[in-house]
Amino acid sequence: MSQVLVLVEAPDGAVRKPTLELLTLARRIGEPAAVVLGPGADQLAARLGEYGASTVYAVDAPEVNDYLVAGKAEALAHIASQARPAAILVTASADGREIAARAAVKLGSGILTDAVDVTGGPDGAPVATQSAFAASFVVTSTVTQGVPIIAVKPNAAAPEPAPTAPTVQTVEVPFSDLARAARITERVPRAVSGRPDLTEAAIVVSGGRGLGGAEKFSLIEGLADALGGAVGASRAAVDAGWYPHAHQVGQTGKTVSPQLYLAVGISGAIQHRAGMQTAKTIVAINKDPEAPIFELADFGIVGDLHAVVPQLTEDITGREG
Amino acid sequence: MKIVVLVKHVPDATAVRRFTAESTVDREAVPGLLSELDEYAVEQALQVVESAATGEITYLTMGPAAASEAVRKALAMGGTAAVHVSDDALAGTDALGTSLVLAKALERIGFDLVICGMASTDATMSVVPAMLAERLGVAQLTFASELKVDPQAAQVQIRRDGDAATEMVQAPLPAVVSVTDRTGEPRYPSFKGIMAAKKKPMQTWSLADLGIDPAEVGRGAARSTVASVTARPPRGGGQIVTDEGDAAGRLVEFLATQKFV
Repeated sequence: MSQVLVLVEAPDGAVRKPTLELLTLARRIGEPAAVVLGPGADQLAARLGEYGASTVYAVDAPEVNDYLVAGKAEALAHIASQARPAAILVTASADGREIAARAAVKLGSGILTDAVDVTGGPDGAPVATQSAFAASFVVTSTVTQGVPIIAVKPNAAAPEPAPTAPTVQTVEVPFSDLARAARITERVPRAVSGRPDLTEAAIVVSGGRGLGGAEKFSLIEGLADALGGAVGASRAAVDAGWYPHAHQVGQTGKTVSPQLYLAVGISGAIQHRAGMQTAKTIVAINKDPEAPIFELADFGIVGDLHAVVPQLTEDITGREG
Repeated sequence: MKIVVLVKHVPDATAVRRFTAESTVDREAVPGLLSELDEYAVEQALQVVESAATGEITYLTMGPAAASEAVRKALAMGGTAAVHVSDDALAGTDALGTSLVLAKALERIGFDLVICGMASTDATMSVVPAMLAERLGVAQLTFASELKVDPQAAQVQIRRDGDAATEMVQAPLPAVVSVTDRTGEPRYPSFKGIMAAKKKPMQTWSLADLGIDPAEVGRGAARSTVASVTARPPRGGGQIVTDEGDAAGRLVEFLATQKFV
């Protein structure tokens, strides 16, 4: 069976959940092989093996650690040209999609981005499902030339363990000068909130203009914590300075695809919907019955969020307590 | 300092967007405009030239005839000239083909700095800037939420707010940059700007002008194919309740049936 290369994201030394999802999806097409571009492949191998990676390709060099994406794309394309995989799966993050884009040029491969599902087609080749035009269409596509490269959104699949003992294979990559063109001079990791990561979370609670002020985001945080979810914010709330931009959901912020999305005090402008419309279940709380968010809602409450949300948080906490 | 800004004419996101019978974006029946995210690229280019007090800005677009409208909007904001690559053989071109055409056009125009938006608002792939840097063999500094150009030192520096970290990235020119909506609100075109834009030079180039074989682009050369397009059933039909003191409780019941609590 052919290998399927999975580009590993483990920025702080721990394998991120979307990578485990990719390993799970990869098993539908072939034999998962993980690609670690950065330090610590030996430490990450055990976790990658738990989810079915039989091989771990490891590249640890300044070109993949200290420079922006170009070196990583060279490394990925180099490994692909040797391993001749059936497909390459990456997470549809900023780095992931750009590494994939450059590798696609190098390999002459078709690329599909923002897949919400990947399956093995009748001939074994991968079929990617995507959402288009703010999720008003579902599109399935296949790559017709080269190794299919697919950038997959987080939450496309539930990670399923398939334990195996992986072999770690160190790869020497002949880097070009171009790999050292854009140097990372400073790197400040995101502050840890203790809550799930927004793009990975199964439940997201987002607040918008209807909250009325920065201090009211404590309502959103309280509800998110009761549900074990992440906190999001609309662009209006971020622009008003009520919540950090890293939490912005929408076209120019994060795109989320959780099991449950609660929009609180968010009207649901097209730019916001583009970032959350693929959520499985949508709940909206808004005082304006005409708010477009209700068109999407599986359950909507027309009412005062300042009354409803504390009650909701209390009820949920009480149930679970 | 020669700056080229890439601009794209896209279907208006607030209109009802759709696909053609060939499963490509319908660019005819839906009203179009300059991709909102490209306005941030235009603004950054104008600021670079203003602070350096020298330099010229050329806009580059690819697309059917209507794409020139997007260029006029950009020219109304400022800048010097524009190039519109237009050819019937380009219909259905994928991102790889698009980057090939744009790279050839950029080589012909000549540049120190290429500035793009972070994504188009129609296909939203965010891959063309990276592909261009790859094809042109120049530095890539993308998803910039802050852009600083030092024309004397021929250096560019950006701040990139990634998922896991905020990074400062630096490179020598020439370079390809993409900017996010965090870089600063784009200016509105003035009346004077709109009038001036009508007189600014716009060239139209065909594939032959760029020495590109039509077989390398278009639907036939696309490296992926759409198997199916399905309109998602309108989500509606949800249960909407007006709060009379009991809505929170009813929502908890709903969440319980879905096993979220």
